[in-house]
Amino acid sequence: MLLQQLVNGVVAGGLYALVALGLTMVYGVLRILHVAHAGIYTLGAYLGLVFYSASHNFPLALLGAMALGALAGYLIQRLLYQPLLGAPPLVPLIASIGLFILLGDTYRLVFGAQTLAFRAGVAEPEPYRLAGVAITGTQVLILAVAAALLAVTWLVVNRTRIGLAWRAVATDLEIARAMGVDAARAVGLNVALGSALAAAAGVLVAYHYNEVFPAMGDVPAYKMLAIVVLGGLGNPVGTVAASLFLGLAETLVVAYAGYLLPRDAIAFVALIGALMLRPQGLFARRGT
Amino acid sequence: MYYYVVVGIALALYVTLTLSLNIITGYGGQPTLGHAAFLGVGAYTAAMLMTRAGVSWWLTFPAAFLTAALLGLVVGGASLRVREDFLAITTMGVGFVVVAVFQYTPWFGGVMGIGGLVPPPGVDKVALLLIATGLAAFTALVSWWLERSWAGIALRALRDDEAAAEAMGADTRRFKLLAFVIGTGLAGLAGPIYAVHLGFVSGPDFGFHFSITLLTMAVFGGLGTIRGAVAGAVILGLAPEVFRFISDYRNLVYGGLLILMMLIRPTGLLGVTSLRLPGLPGRKGGISRAAP
Repeated sequence: MLLQQLVNGVVAGGLYALVALGLTMVYGVLRILHVAHAGIYTLGAYLGLVFYSASHNFPLALLGAMALGALAGYLIQRLLYQPLLGAPPLVPLIASIGLFILLGDTYRLVFGAQTLAFRAGVAEPEPYRLAGVAITGTQVLILAVAAALLAVTWLVVNRTRIGLAWRAVATDLEIARAMGVDAARAVGLNVALGSALAAAAGVLVAYHYNEVFPAMGDVPAYKMLAIVVLGGLGNPVGTVAASLFLGLAETLVVAYAGYLLPRDAIAFVALIGALMLRPQGLFARRGT
Repeated sequence: MYYYVVVGIALALYVTLTLSLNIITGYGGQPTLGHAAFLGVGAYTAAMLMTRAGVSWWLTFPAAFLTAALLGLVVGGASLRVREDFLAITTMGVGFVVVAVFQYTPWFGGVMGIGGLVPPPGVDKVALLLIATGLAAFTALVSWWLERSWAGIALRALRDDEAAAEAMGADTRRFKLLAFVIGTGLAGLAGPIYAVHLGFVSGPDFGFHFSITLLTMAVFGGLGTIRGAVAGAVILGLAPEVFRFISDYRNLVYGGLLILMMLIRPTGLLGVTSLRLPGLPGRKGGISRAAP
C-alpha cells in the first residue's frame, strides 16, 4: 500500500517537475512570475490532442505539441515580457495573469467548453503488477518521458554554452551582456525550452486522465507557483525536489490523513508555512 | 427599476472592494491576489452569526470587519517577512486556503455553503442599495483621509522606495500592517451586504477569479487614486450589463485589458500621474515608474 502510494506520488511529482522547471527557469532569467506558463501547459494538451487524433502517433503528437508550445513561449516573452523588463515586478505579474485568463478563454472559444477525450475509444490497458504494486502503462510512460526531459534539461543547463549563458544572465544580466552574452537570444531559448517542457506535461496529463478542457491549467497555475517558491525561485534542482516532495506529500496526506484539506490546498499550506520559516524559499541558495 | 437597484448594489460593492484593494496595493504598493477572500470572510461571518447564533444582521457588520481585519493582520504579518513576488504568491495562497476551508469544512456548510440569508424586516433592495452606497462612500472617505494623513504619506513613500522610506525614519512595518488591516477590514464590511443581497454564501465565489476581477478594476482605473478605483469598478462593473456579449467573453476582455494596460499605460486610466500635463515634472508613482 505504501509502495503503491509512493509510485503514485512520484508520478504526480514528475509531472509537477516538468511544468515547474520551466517556470523557475523563466524566473531565473527574466525575474518574472510567469503565471501564463500554465496556459502553455493547456495549449500543449490541446495541440497534443489535435496531433494525436490526426496521426494516432503519440511520440509525434508529443514532439509537435512541444515544438509549437516552445514557439508560443518564445512569442510571449518577445512580445509581452521583453517590453516590460525594468518595470516594477507588479507590472509583468499583472500582465501575465491577464494573458493567462485570456488564453483560458481563447481555448474555450476555439475548442469549446466541454471536456474532450484524448484517447477516443482506446481503453487503458491492464496495469502491470509487481510485488503488489499496480503501475499503468501511462504511468511508466510519464515517468520515462519526465525523466528523459529532466535529464536533457539538466545537461543543457549545465553542459552547454547556452546553459552557461542562462546561468550568466540569471546571475547578473548587465555583466553577462558586457561579457558578450547575447542576452535576448539566451532568454528567448530559455523560455522556449521551459515552454516545451510545460507543453509536454500537458500532453502527458491529457493522455493520463484522458481529458482536455479549457480550465485544466487553473490548478497547475497556482500550484506551480507554490512549488517554484518552495524550491527557491530560479533554482532548478530545488524546484524538482519541491515537485517530488509535493507530489509525495499530497498523495500520502490524502491516503493516510483523509480529506483534512482538499489535495490542491496542501501546496499552499506547505508554501505559507515554509515561507514564514524561510522567506527566500526552502531550497534557495545562500546569498541570493 | 428592480434591475437597476440590483446592478446598483453590485456596483457599490465593487467600488467598496476596489477602493479597499487600492489601499493595500495602490497606496502601500503591496501586491494582493486574494482580496476576494476577505469579502468571503466577512460574508461567512455574517452568515454564520445570523443562521447559527441568531444575531441581528446589523450587528454582523462590526464582527465581519473584525474577522476580515484579523486575517488581514496575519497576511500583513506575512508581508513583513516576504516581499514582492513572494508576497503576491502568499496572498494568492491565503485566498486558496480560505476558500478551501469554507468549502471543505462541514461546520461552514461545506460545498453547499450557507443559504437562506435574508435582510432584517424593513430592509428591502432599495434600502440595501442605500446601505451599500453608504459603505462605498465611507470607504472613499477613509481612503481620502488616508491619502492626507501621515500614514498615507508614509505608505506612498514605502510604495515608491521601501529602503528610502525606512532610512527617512518611517516605521514601514507599522504602516504596512495598517494598510492591510484597513484594506481587508473594509472588504470584510462588504460581506454582510453581499450575503443578504445574494441570499447565500459559497466558498468558490470568493476565489481567485473574483480576486483578479477586483485587481483588474483597480489596475484599469489606475492604482493609487480614489478616482481610479471608482472609475475602474464602475466601468468594468457596468460593461457586462451594457454590452451583453461581454459576459460571454468576460475573461477574454479582462485579460486583454490587463495586458494592454500594462503595455501601454501601467498607471491606468486615472492613476497617480493621470491628471498632470505631459512634460511637467512630477512625483514618481510606484507603479508608474514603468511608464516610459
